[in-house]
Amino acid sequence: MSPAEFVTDLLNPDLAFLPKALLIAVMSSIVCGVIGCYVVLRGMAFIGDAVAHAVFPGLAVAFVLSGSLVLGGTVAGVVTAILVAVFAQNRRVREDTIIGVFFVAAFALGIVIISRAPGYAGSLQQFLFGSITGIPDRDLYTVAGAGVAILGVLGALHKELVTVSLDRETARAMGLPVFWLDLALYVLVTLAVVISVQTIGNILVLALLVTPAATARLLTDRLGLMMVLAPLIGGLGALAGLYVSWSWDYPTGGTIVLVLTAGFLAAWLLAPRQGRVRAVTRRWTRGARPG
Amino acid sequence: MSRVIDVQGLSVRLGGRLVLRDATLHVGHGELVGLIGPNGAGKTTLLRAALGLLAPAAGRVTIDGRPARPGRAPIGYVPQRHEFAWEFPLSVEHVVMTGRTGALGVLRRPGVEDWRAVDDALERVRIGGLRERPVGQLSGGQRQRVLVARALALQPAALLLDEPFTGLDMPTQDLLSDLFAALAHEGRAVLMTTHDLAAALYTCDRLALLNETVIATGTPTALTADPGAWMRTFGVSERSPLLRMLRAAA
Repeated sequence: MSPAEFVTDLLNPDLAFLPKALLIAVMSSIVCGVIGCYVVLRGMAFIGDAVAHAVFPGLAVAFVLSGSLVLGGTVAGVVTAILVAVFAQNRRVREDTIIGVFFVAAFALGIVIISRAPGYAGSLQQFLFGSITGIPDRDLYTVAGAGVAILGVLGALHKELVTVSLDRETARAMGLPVFWLDLALYVLVTLAVVISVQTIGNILVLALLVTPAATARLLTDRLGLMMVLAPLIGGLGALAGLYVSWSWDYPTGGTIVLVLTAGFLAAWLLAPRQGRVRAVTRRWTRGARPG
Repeated sequence: MSRVIDVQGLSVRLGGRLVLRDATLHVGHGELVGLIGPNGAGKTTLLRAALGLLAPAAGRVTIDGRPARPGRAPIGYVPQRHEFAWEFPLSVEHVVMTGRTGALGVLRRPGVEDWRAVDDALERVRIGGLRERPVGQLSGGQRQRVLVARALALQPAALLLDEPFTGLDMPTQDLLSDLFAALAHEGRAVLMTTHDLAAALYTCDRLALLNETVIATGTPTALTADPGAWMRTFGVSERSPLLRMLRAAA
């Protein structure tokens, strides 16, 4: 399918779900791209993965009760984040172990809950791997509203989050509420995950958080530019992924993630300063220089 | 000399263990005091208590006459270099600006005054020429100066330095020693933990020997003449290289 045919399909009223899916995928990729910069720079990929799994029981409960998926996922994610923060105060067990315990438990709870619903296998697959059909109009507004709110709070807390990320002890000495800032970031990550789950799925949503930000990090040493590049890469990846997925009938979530991964590999090879090709060329040029 | 940092009979428990016991120490305006002791003696614990990060089990710590509490008094804190996330993609000037985050408050962006404070701090530690360089590309000595500049950006009355010489070569140590002495003599109270006895002996106005409690305080000259205090602090014999070095310094 050519790009022009894809645009025609996007404008086709019989395929109204397609532009909605595109909008939601791009919006959630942009939001995840920005917040993913904190996730990548703070080494929180495991926590991102945990939150992604932790929202599952909330989604399952909301699905079984025909309630709001966004609300259900958010409540479950926030409750799990608080449990991790509280249990991690006990220094006998490391925080990553606590996270491991709770996210698997949350995910297992989600599976048990959704197994009680009729048509369980199809629903499970939809949650795990995402789907571009059946997105109601109100979800568009919910995702847009949540996205603006997430970006707004991130903008308001940016300098505090950066200060805590650089060195927690000094941040505490300055009087910054480190625990509450951590919790705020977990909640924002949870919200970003929840708004992204529908199109990309529960299993793959971590890629939206991590891959565009990691790609941007390879391309720049400036935090400001990284926070512009990451959502741009995420948004373009979502657009290209949906196009490939629609053209060749591949699963949407998986295709978006593969496109983003291809972008990461390209940056790893070709990044202007840190890329492998540049490094090899530099070594070769130095070796060829006489004396 | 008025006391900026005043530690009186301080005891601190960590995980049920008494790490500091009845420690008394003060640092006045314009003074550089070196806190010296073996590993696990409680040096960093004392700094953390002075920052208000640890609640005393007994005794008290005051800064400028008020009980130590995080963010209350303008204290510049320079942590050990390995505690800082150097891979973060920030330029030197932006890292130094984070020193003012607590004072700025939520939702406030840095203004002209804040940038002026950053400029002054960068010039004070002589890294103005590196202001746009990503911090990940700096050498160990340059990184240490960035941390000092970040602490100075708050325009503090007191500076707490945790092992600032660790892992640095001699020329860089000399440069930093001179800088710390100059910062103190401009009127700040500077308290520094260190394992570098040579730098402490030749740079500090006073030394405090610490091992669970403050065993002795005095000028470097007075303390080098008191080998017993060093033997009690480090648990070494008269024949140890430490004592021989002190005799040579005296």
